[in-house]
Amino acid sequence: MSSPQATEELTKTQLDAKATPPAIRRKSLLREMWKQRAAYLFLLPKGILFTAFVLIPVIWAFVLAFQEYGVFGSEWVGFKNFKSVADSEAFRTALWNTLKYTVVTVPLQVLIALVLATLISPLGRRAQSFFRGAFYLPTVTSMVIIAMVWRWVYNYRYGLFNYVLGFLGVPAQDWLNQSNTALWALIIMSVLIPPGVGVIMYLAAMDSIPDSLYEAAKIDGASEVQRWWRITVPLLKPTTLYLTMLSLIGSFQVFTQILLMTGGGPGHATETLVSLIYKTAFRDLEFGLASAQAIVLFVITLIFGIAQYWLMYRKAED
Amino acid sequence: MQIKHSPMKWLTYFVLFVWAIISLLPLYWVFSTALQLPNYVEADPPKLIPMGIVEFFTHPENRSLILHDTFAGFQQLFQSTNIWRWFFNSAYIAVVVTVGILVLDTMAGYALAKKEFPGRKLFFWLIVGTMMIPGQITLVPLFIMVQNLGLMNTHWALILPDLSMVFGVFLMRQYMLSIPSDLLEAAKIDGASEWKTFWTIVVPLAKPALATLGIFTFMNVWNSFLWPIIVLNDADLYTLPVGLKTLQDQNLAIFKLLMSGAAVAAVPMIVVFVAFQRHFIKGLTLGGVKE
Repeated sequence: MSSPQATEELTKTQLDAKATPPAIRRKSLLREMWKQRAAYLFLLPKGILFTAFVLIPVIWAFVLAFQEYGVFGSEWVGFKNFKSVADSEAFRTALWNTLKYTVVTVPLQVLIALVLATLISPLGRRAQSFFRGAFYLPTVTSMVIIAMVWRWVYNYRYGLFNYVLGFLGVPAQDWLNQSNTALWALIIMSVLIPPGVGVIMYLAAMDSIPDSLYEAAKIDGASEVQRWWRITVPLLKPTTLYLTMLSLIGSFQVFTQILLMTGGGPGHATETLVSLIYKTAFRDLEFGLASAQAIVLFVITLIFGIAQYWLMYRKAED
Repeated sequence: MQIKHSPMKWLTYFVLFVWAIISLLPLYWVFSTALQLPNYVEADPPKLIPMGIVEFFTHPENRSLILHDTFAGFQQLFQSTNIWRWFFNSAYIAVVVTVGILVLDTMAGYALAKKEFPGRKLFFWLIVGTMMIPGQITLVPLFIMVQNLGLMNTHWALILPDLSMVFGVFLMRQYMLSIPSDLLEAAKIDGASEWKTFWTIVVPLAKPALATLGIFTFMNVWNSFLWPIIVLNDADLYTLPVGLKTLQDQNLAIFKLLMSGAAVAAVPMIVVFVAFQRHFIKGLTLGGVKE
């Protein structure tokens, strides 16, 4: 407990902070820290864990990328790992596959979420919560389970996919084991897994659009489609950008279904950046190289993220 | 927006129902295959319902056999795999991490939201900054650390990094900014200690955020896969997703067995979701709204 006098003195020292010599300023900082010791104690347990298992590993990853890691010590190799990344055929394939996957799935995932939310929003409360639940439920189950089911869906002999396409006269294919179809099979799967998170966020955003806007547009004679296109879609822009961001980050990191369904094969046909990082680190034990790959992935994600933000601010000014 | 025309309305319902079917089909398939009679599992065309239901009535003389065959997958699972062990491992790790995260992150979030201390901004930006970094970056350093600490192939290797996740601190801080400072001041004037103020005033007020954070933490830990398959290699220590993967690697052809395992892993999350649906929805919209 500090006396009121001390606090008064403190505000004065803060006011005069620029005028006081540094020695005294340091003293008052320490005093302030001591006064707030409770705050540090509240932060301490998480702080220790965070430093040990997040902060140090992050810094270490950047160090490792410039090293050749060995059990008996590491040596500095400068940019050699990054050079290997740039020169590697496997990395280029993985990057290309990841980009292909991203460019197709991200817009479709966001668009499907928008369309579904639009269809759900005028319904009654009970219908709304039913569909919301139906679209979100698969999201809470492990991707491991979803991937197992889809392996069966794409099964050559008795899978649902070939069965349904059989009606359309498409000959049966071994979708996951052909290098020209495997990646597309994974893309189709990602598009068909319902965008539960997106639907829920769009619905929440739609709820906050004032009805008076729609009524005014109605009086002006705007049709339903026009009202949606001119009012709903523009006002949902922040949500759209946020969801695109989430979807982007997710698709750059696609891995679980790859490992369980194709293992990156056949050949490198479904190798993605994360499946390659995983193999480099834990199959080839090339820790330095894997760290360099991870950092390249991070930088690519960052570039896309910054581009997104830039678009957002530019759009906001329009 | 009002839908006036009834044909439009029917079309809307039709589209939504088709998507709902696509959405729920995989989960339905898990349970349907788990309970399918073995000779129909790989039928062409695929059978959409467990045929035991039909044969139970068409072949009354074989009822006991049909019942036995329907549940054979689960029987085999419980007899010849460690599924109980995996289930228990998943459950206790998820509970330990969830409780730990709630305590640690509420304390840290409170300090960041309600205390004016030197270094507060730095802490906050460190947390936000590391939230942006993809998890794959720390995979290799964490692996080396876990090896050096001698934690390889232990549950500590899963629990410690999970307890260090920062999203919860951010969430709790955002929520606690809305707690009126006057309340805390009043408690201080009444002579309540810091610790007592925290437990009697702050924690009860933060209940909605605690529920959301608890549910999402539990779900993420229950379903986590990438890190566990890297650090666990003893079948007795597997969590459910890791166990399921090894089952799949060993018994590629036994769909019925695999789907029985998947059903066991899926049920708890479905129950949690149905019970706490409101919190899930709240939590999602809480994270997405920019102040």
